[in-house]
Amino acid sequence: MRRFKGLAIGLALLILVLAGFLFLRSPKPIIELKAETVISIGPFNVTNTYITSWFVIIFIALFAYAATRRMSLVPRGIQNLFEAIIEAIYNLIVRTAGEKHGRRFFPVVATIFLYVAISNWFGLLPFFATVGKVEEISAHESAFHEKGVVIQQKAGLNVIMPAADDVELPKTVTLPDGKVEEVNADSSAEVKQLAIDEAKKEAGLSEDAKIGILIPFLRSVNTDINGPLALAVWSAIFVEFWGISTYGFFRYGSKFFNFGRLLRGKIVDGVVDAFVGILELVAEAARLISFTFRLFGNILAGEILFLVVIFLLPLVGLQVVYFMELFVGAIQAFIFGMLTLVFGIMAVSAPHGEAEGH
Amino acid sequence: MQLTYLFPLLAISDEALRFIGAAAAMALGGFAPSLAIGMLVSRAMEALGRNPEAQAAIQTNMILGIAFAEAIAIYALVVAVMIGFVF
Repeated sequence: MRRFKGLAIGLALLILVLAGFLFLRSPKPIIELKAETVISIGPFNVTNTYITSWFVIIFIALFAYAATRRMSLVPRGIQNLFEAIIEAIYNLIVRTAGEKHGRRFFPVVATIFLYVAISNWFGLLPFFATVGKVEEISAHESAFHEKGVVIQQKAGLNVIMPAADDVELPKTVTLPDGKVEEVNADSSAEVKQLAIDEAKKEAGLSEDAKIGILIPFLRSVNTDINGPLALAVWSAIFVEFWGISTYGFFRYGSKFFNFGRLLRGKIVDGVVDAFVGILELVAEAARLISFTFRLFGNILAGEILFLVVIFLLPLVGLQVVYFMELFVGAIQAFIFGMLTLVFGIMAVSAPHGEAEGH
Repeated sequence: MQLTYLFPLLAISDEALRFIGAAAAMALGGFAPSLAIGMLVSRAMEALGRNPEAQAAIQTNMILGIAFAEAIAIYALVVAVMIGFVF
């Protein structure tokens, strides 16, 4: 019997793959880069990533509250878990930054760490990006998209069935008077209606069939570029703040605007110093962009990979991607926090005024 | 369908060029970061073998270095996704 164990596992996997491929395929993934608006409160669009970020914040706050009420000297339960996490992060920070600076940097860096890790892991819960409102593509302004999936009405709700057909609207339509018009979000209502009718005819659907897309209620926070951008701006502000509060505004600023030697008359040295200062400034700005895109790209790539793997290999391939996403989420949190810490250390300890080569 | 004529009888449509652009962005942009990460990790492994006591420091700095190198590949990925899905 033991000899056949490998064979049995292989056979079971094969059956799962076939079952998933035949019965459970999702429709072709419609990948939307921008975060979709769920509702609009007045002039403010509440996007699904915004809702998720509030859930993350509430979760962390509740966790901290549960861990710190009725605190005992010998920790038990949730307090124990929370203390272990905080102690691990604190040791890491103090090991890298030294005791004095480590205590000062700890709140910001630990917050970044926890927030990014929890928000990345939230994106792996099963009801993210799958439960939402199914909106029919219609000629109204806000409900127009270029690709859609056939939706059905079941029990009063619009539902997207597994392995539903996807429909793509044509790029140009010919109006009855012969003009050819492009179809996009700003076309007029009759052009859009014509495009929808033509797409339905081409896909062989009847007139009253409906095409629509899914607008998920919850979506991982860092798949919207505003999330990582906000975090990167925040960490840049704090890095500068730490530098300025250690050295004072003008001494810290002389790292970037190094006109001392130029004004004293040494032309060549002075120009080199000034140029190096400008380069430092550009490096700071480039750090903002690289922080943002590193986190955004990793998490968005994970989400796209999920959607594509659900479409290709529903039951088996997904486990591998899930494990990788757990890992990548944690690593990206670690990297964001550590890079903030390292740049903070560089800001407080680099000798101001001298040209420091990196 | 908009065709671009490269040579008199060789035509490529706009859609095809777009897909080729997206794929090439990722393929070319992933080449150098992978080399960089490979070199980085191999040197880190060497250093670890020579001095196993410094494991925490080596590991932390290696992960930092990998983050910098991978960021370039991620820029290429973002460009590819933008070409594929936004334009």
